[in-house]
Amino acid sequence: MKYTEIAVVGGGPAGLSAAITAAKYGAKVTVIERNNSLGGQLRKQTHKFFGSQKQYASVRGIEIADILESQLREYNDNVEILNGATVLGLYEDGVLTIEMKDRYIKLKPDRIIVATGAYEKFLSFPNNDLPGIYGAGAVQTLMNQYGVKPGRNVLMVGAGNIGLIVSYQLMQAGVNVKAVIDAAPKIGGYLVHASKIRRLGVPILTSYTIKEAHGKDWVEGATICKLDENWQMISGTEIDIDVDIICISVGLTPLADLLWQIGCEMKYIPELGGHVPIRDENLETSKKGIYIAGDVAGIEEASSAMVEGRLAGLCAANSLGYIIEDFEEEKQDLIEQLDSLRAGPTGEKILNGLEKVTKVIAGRYGYVD
Amino acid sequence: MRIDNHPILDFKRGKEIRFIYDGKEMVGYEGDTIASALHAAGVRVLGYHHKTGRARGFYCAIGNCSSCLMTVNGKPNVRVCVEELKEGMVVETQRGKGELK
Ligand SMILES: Cc1cc2nc3c(=O)[nH]c(=O)nc-3n(C[C@H](O)[C@H](O)[C@H](O)COP(=O)(O)OP(=O)(O)OC[C@H]3O[C@@H](n4cnc5c(N)ncnc54)[C@H](O)[C@@H]3O)c2cc1C
Repeated sequence: MKYTEIAVVGGGPAGLSAAITAAKYGAKVTVIERNNSLGGQLRKQTHKFFGSQKQYASVRGIEIADILESQLREYNDNVEILNGATVLGLYEDGVLTIEMKDRYIKLKPDRIIVATGAYEKFLSFPNNDLPGIYGAGAVQTLMNQYGVKPGRNVLMVGAGNIGLIVSYQLMQAGVNVKAVIDAAPKIGGYLVHASKIRRLGVPILTSYTIKEAHGKDWVEGATICKLDENWQMISGTEIDIDVDIICISVGLTPLADLLWQIGCEMKYIPELGGHVPIRDENLETSKKGIYIAGDVAGIEEASSAMVEGRLAGLCAANSLGYIIEDFEEEKQDLIEQLDSLRAGPTGEKILNGLEKVTKVIAGRYGYVD
Repeated sequence: MRIDNHPILDFKRGKEIRFIYDGKEMVGYEGDTIASALHAAGVRVLGYHHKTGRARGFYCAIGNCSSCLMTVNGKPNVRVCVEELKEGMVVETQRGKGELK
C-alpha cells in the first residue's frame, strides 16, 4: 500500500490546478492520470480562450496545458505524477485502486480531489452505431492530438460551443463540413464561433435533427429532417446528405463513477449536465475528505475548472493543517473569480444548477477521522 | 489520412512503428494510439458486436465508451483508442466477447 496526503484523480485543468495549489502550500500530492500526457481536454484545444487574464484569456488551450504542467513541476519535491495510471475504484476506507502499466496499486491518501472531467453524450437514431459516427470531442482528439483526419465530409449534429469549435477545427484540418444542425430553434454556442464557420460557407440549420444514418459497415450518408415547434419531425422536409462522418455534439455529462462508488450524495441537475455530487462552498462532497473540481462537479469550461481546482486544492491543504496565512482572503478571491466567470446568460444556467447542490453539509462522515 | 498542413499545429511525426493488423503489415508513428494509426490507414471497423454482429468503431477516443475493443497481442478487449502503438504489436479484429487464454 502506498500513502500520500492528497490524491488528485485526473490531470486536466481542474486536477493540475488543484495539485499546484495544494503543493504550493506544502502538501504532498499524487496526481493520477490515465493518459500519458497531462492537460486533459486542453491538449486538443487549439483555439484561444475567453475569460479573464487570470484564467489565461486569449491563450490557446494547448499552451495553457504546458503552462500548468510547468507550474506543477516547480513543486517537484511535493508532487508525484503517475501517468498512464487509471483509478479503478474508490472504497469506503478511502483506498484508491490504480491500474498502471499492467500493475495493480493500492493508494491510501488523507484527502482525495476527484477531477475526472466528463464524457460525451450520445443520441438515438437508426444506425447510430455505425463506425464513422464519432463524438465531436473524439474527432478533436483524433485531429489535434494525433494529426489524423476523421474522413472527407462531415455532418455536425449540435451547434453548441463544442460543435461549432470542432467544425472550425475540421476545416483547419482540411476536412469538408457539409452542415451543422441543431434541434433547438437557436444556436447554443457563442456567436463569434458561429460567424467564423458561416463566413466559410457552412450552413447552420436550426430546428433540424438527424433522422437516420445510412451505410452497411460504415457511414455512407445521413438524412436530416426539420422539426416543428413541438420538436416533432415534419414529414416531407427530409434532406439526404452525402457524408462519411457524423459528429455528435449534444453535450457532456460528468464522469462521476468513482463518486457514486464511494457513496457521495448525488443529485440530477440538468443545468450541470446530469448527476453531480452535493458539495459545500469548499467543494467538499458529502463524504468527508473527498473534494471535487471541474467538469465532474458540473459541466462548464476550462476557465472555471481551473479556479475550482485551486479552490479545492486550497481547502484540502488547509484541512490537513497546513498554515495558510491569508486562507480566507485567498478563498474569497477564488469564489469571486468564479462569480465573475459565471456572470452573463450562460452563467445564469450554471448558477441555477449550483444553487440546488451547494449547501452547508452537517454531520459528514467518511474515512477521515 | 494524415493532416499535412495545419494553420496552428505542426505535427512532428515520430519514428515509424511497424505492426500487424489482421495479418497485414502496417505502419504508424511514435505517439499514435492503435486506433489513430488504424484510422490513418483507412481502417474504421475495429470489431463486431458480440450479439448482433454489427460493425463497431470508436466513439469517444478517450477511453470511456469501450466501443473500440480489439485483441492485441492475444489479449482481448483492449481499448485501442487509448492504447499506445508499439513496434511489432499484433492487432486483431475482435468477434464476440473475447477469451482470456
Ligand atoms: C471531449 C471534450 C471536448 C471539449 N472541447 C472543448 C472546447 O473545444 N472548448 C472549450 O472551451 N471547452 C471544451 N471542453 C470543455 C473543457 O475542456 C472542460 O470544461 C475542461 O477541460 C474541464 O476540465 P477538467 O479538468 O474538469 O476535465 P478534463 O479536461 O476532462 O480532465 C479530466 C482528466 O481526468 C482523467 N481521468 C478521468 N478518469 C480517470 C481515472 N479513473 N483515472 C485517472 N485519470 C482519469 C482524464 O484522462 C482527463 O485527463 C471539452 C470537453 C470534453 C470532454
